Amino acid sequence: MTDRQVFPPLTLRATGLSCGRGGMTLTADLSFAVAPGQCLLLRGPNGTGKTTLLLTLAGIVTPLAGTFELEGTDSEAGPQLHYCGHRNAVKPRLSVRENLDFWAQVNGPTGLDIQEALAEVGLGELGGLDAGYLSAGQSRRLALARLLVTHRPLWLLDEPTAALDAEGHELVTRLLDRHLDMGGLALAATHDPITLPDPGRMETLALGVRT
Amino acid sequence: MTALRAMLGRELRLALRGGGDVLTLVLFFIITGAIVAFAVGPDSVLLARIAPGMVWVAAFLAMLLGLDRLFRPDHEDGALILLRQAELPLSAAIAAKVMVHWLVSALPLILASPLLALQLAMDGETFWRMVASLLVGTPALAAFGAVGAAVTVSIRGGGLIAPILIAPLSIPVLIFGVGSITASQSSAALLFLAALSLMAVSLAPFAAALAISSAED
Repeated sequence: MTDRQVFPPLTLRATGLSCGRGGMTLTADLSFAVAPGQCLLLRGPNGTGKTTLLLTLAGIVTPLAGTFELEGTDSEAGPQLHYCGHRNAVKPRLSVRENLDFWAQVNGPTGLDIQEALAEVGLGELGGLDAGYLSAGQSRRLALARLLVTHRPLWLLDEPTAALDAEGHELVTRLLDRHLDMGGLALAATHDPITLPDPGRMETLALGVRT
Repeated sequence: MTALRAMLGRELRLALRGGGDVLTLVLFFIITGAIVAFAVGPDSVLLARIAPGMVWVAAFLAMLLGLDRLFRPDHEDGALILLRQAELPLSAAIAAKVMVHWLVSALPLILASPLLALQLAMDGETFWRMVASLLVGTPALAAFGAVGAAVTVSIRGGGLIAPILIAPLSIPVLIFGVGSITASQSSAALLFLAALSLMAVSLAPFAAALAISSAED
């Protein structure tokens, strides 16, 4: 991947954002901005609203108050984000390749082709296997491959390294670093520390800390 | 268009690789007819009289069996959330699901209906009217079913609530469905049935999409 800056310069800006679920406010009055090529790490104990914040930014959960906006997007453009939650959306009855091909077709095949993406996440040999035989870590890798087959500027990652081995952690770091290289944005909720080669690209937002 | 085709292909593969799901529906449909024949007894005049109603009841019940797999697996593995960031609108994805639901849970019943007609002592002319009535009416049942399944998708173990929810909606379909089989004014009833189906199929994807969007909130 030699072409840097493939995405238009976008900024994710949230002002006074309050999120919550089931009538309970979890994160109150958050304001932050994520610039192109930046990754915001969400840290905090369990139940402090990391997932809820990501779901809110993905447009799944309505914010209780405040606004957020991906500045610089063309209003005609389609969906701008990839959400990678803790459920992998892998269908056990379809083969690994069919699973990935479905998401490539539905999201638009603008990124790597299927075989390249599978090789990238270390599943290159398993394309024809029923996804039901994959281990938890391999399913996770398949879910990450979905981010590669369609180019989208904003990645919302919820525990991206869950179930992954040490090499898998490096994979997530590598994919994230390359995504930021292309001018992408990322928010990642994680308990495992992610260290990018260039620490200047990372900021940390601590949730659930009383100030 | 490719996105819609991909959605249709995935749904069909998932349904047909289900390991006998379709066969179960067909057997259920046929067995319902057989039970009626045994319960009522070998009175072919009576059987022929109640046959149109029994066919529709059997079709209605058999189509309920497949409802739970319409959205629940996608809800549980997170695919439903991801479909909301897809290039194709959620309502289009749901329309594809409704189409495939009809293909795998209504079309096989129609193909198996000669067996039911035989068990219920139906004559030839009535049989063809029944086929026409099922062809025109079952899309409405599939569409109403999708709305019921979408509304109950976030309720744990809600698979049994959907049938109760959609039963009142399905009553007009059953009334006009049976009406279009029994002789007098059958063509008028068939037109009403067609209108019901068209309305249900065109509105259900949007209603179901709305239900699913608010279910996650």
